Amino acid sequence: MSHSAATVEIRHLTRRFGSIVAVRDLNLSIAKGEVFGLLGPNGSGKTTTIRMLCGLLAPSEGTAIVAGVDVREAPDLIKERIGYMSQRFGLYEDLTVAENMDFYGGIYGLEGAGRRGRIAEVVKFLGLDRRLHQLAGTLSGGWKQRLALACALMHGPAVIFLDEPTAGVDPAARRAFWSTIKTLAAQGTTVIVTTHYMDEAGRCGRVALLSQGHLIALGTPDEVATLVGGKTLEDAFIILQERDEQEQGA
Amino acid sequence: MRRFGPMFRKEFIQMRRDRLTLGIMVGIPVIQLLLFGFAIQTDVRHIPTVVLDESRTPVSRDAVAAFENTGNFRIVAHVNGRDELDAWIARGDAQAGIAIPHDFPRDLARGTTATIQVIVDASDPLSSQAALAAAAGVAQVRNLAILSAAAHRDLPLETRVRPRYNPGLRSPNYIVPGLVGVILTITLVLVTAMAIVRERERGTLEQLIVTPITKTELMLGKIAPYVGVGLIQMTTVLLLGRFVFDVPLTGNVLLLYAVALVFIVASLALGLFVSTLVRTQQQAMQASFFFVLPNILLSGFMFPRQAMPAVFQWIGALLPLTHFLKVLRGILLKGVGVAELWQEMGLLLLFATVLIALSVRRFQKTLD
Repeated sequence: MSHSAATVEIRHLTRRFGSIVAVRDLNLSIAKGEVFGLLGPNGSGKTTTIRMLCGLLAPSEGTAIVAGVDVREAPDLIKERIGYMSQRFGLYEDLTVAENMDFYGGIYGLEGAGRRGRIAEVVKFLGLDRRLHQLAGTLSGGWKQRLALACALMHGPAVIFLDEPTAGVDPAARRAFWSTIKTLAAQGTTVIVTTHYMDEAGRCGRVALLSQGHLIALGTPDEVATLVGGKTLEDAFIILQERDEQEQGA
Repeated sequence: MRRFGPMFRKEFIQMRRDRLTLGIMVGIPVIQLLLFGFAIQTDVRHIPTVVLDESRTPVSRDAVAAFENTGNFRIVAHVNGRDELDAWIARGDAQAGIAIPHDFPRDLARGTTATIQVIVDASDPLSSQAALAAAAGVAQVRNLAILSAAAHRDLPLETRVRPRYNPGLRSPNYIVPGLVGVILTITLVLVTAMAIVRERERGTLEQLIVTPITKTELMLGKIAPYVGVGLIQMTTVLLLGRFVFDVPLTGNVLLLYAVALVFIVASLALGLFVSTLVRTQQQAMQASFFFVLPNILLSGFMFPRQAMPAVFQWIGALLPLTHFLKVLRGILLKGVGVAELWQEMGLLLLFATVLIALSVRRFQKTLD
């Protein structure tokens, strides 16, 4: 993969909190249109990594280029080029679906006819047309997730971050959501998913396994599984992580 | 600042849909105005009174009538003995007793000092003071009348008191202007703090900070709608005060609104500050009330500051409301302007500037 095609280029990214190293010398290159999974248990450094990639947290060392912007140099500019969908529903439950989208359209700097046009596009893409005037708080988990994605896509971001996107969503809605994500990626949006659900991880094009702040495996889900002898991704994950903890402890 | 607009609009839609907030914004002014306007009268009148008239003569009945005519005493019963009188007061059925002894008409006729005893239930200082003052007044007026009749001459001296600015000594004239300040303080501090904390509590702030909205746009869009709320509340209270309680609007109302705007900014800054101290809406409510109470007690809204110990006068002077009350009463009751009130106005401007600078810095830190 050539470096110029990469939408996210992570180089020696390190973050310390006092004496604790949350992320240690991370190097990754994620291509345009890739669905990339960032896997690891709590405390593995995936949240810290995402916060740095979103421009919310400055790296201690190294850097990352996200959608052509260096996170050290212009953290605020990054926010215009990325979308972020939290596992916790972060939209306004007392606003309708249309009002939430209109608000986020405005926050992403879209105005007038441009905003209306973009909202219509996103509504069509995610099939939200029959829910427009429903209060967001009354939507089911699956629809809330679609609305959250709609708001995060309002400005047509180059990269979208999904934090455990299908936690608490029923299987049918989960399948539909992932097919939307695949379409999005095929259209050229880079998708970065953080999760510790193997079910979600298995749907990614490539996955990176993090343990104690550093990278322990990288490849397609199948490649990672064969690393430890053709077991399932979940088994591989547990074995690799235990091995890492023993090495660190030794 | 192009993201200010969407934030501002969103805040208005939410305000309209949130029953608790709407209740606080509409309910507090109306309830407070009715309570303070109708229920609370600081001038105590019609104290229930029992009479023990042992002499039962025309002069003793005249004396009782003189007490009743002050309007401060309402005769509820005539009793036959001292024990009975004490029992009425002990039960709380009467708050004052007037006892006229057997020898009252005789002493009066002889020209020796005749005595009327007034017993007052002083457990409530406010009403007992009114009773004491009225009783003293009755004696003095009758003394002077008797003396001047005996001496065949006019009274040598008279004090003429002219109550300026509130000639009827009406409580609403004093309370309603103050209420404008109190209501703005309560609502703006409480509602602003809750509106900001709600974003944090519900996780919507987390989503907002990954968007390009700047901290300044976020904060201004969040609190600016409440400037409008404050102005509407103020107008409501002033109009109700004018047309329901006949409170005069003597001075330059435009000037008053200009000063109110400064006060509103100071209150919003306090709300913003409270929001940085707490995590949940419930805590925001508690913290706001903790802050509102000294405002009501120490600002001179109900209790005169001159009567307070120096320490509390100093604390009161640190509250923006104290100075805003002087402006409110000065403009509304006295009709005075900048020439008389520039100190208070200057202080309010200083408060607003310092508070907004402090709160904005604290708020921006909590976003990181």
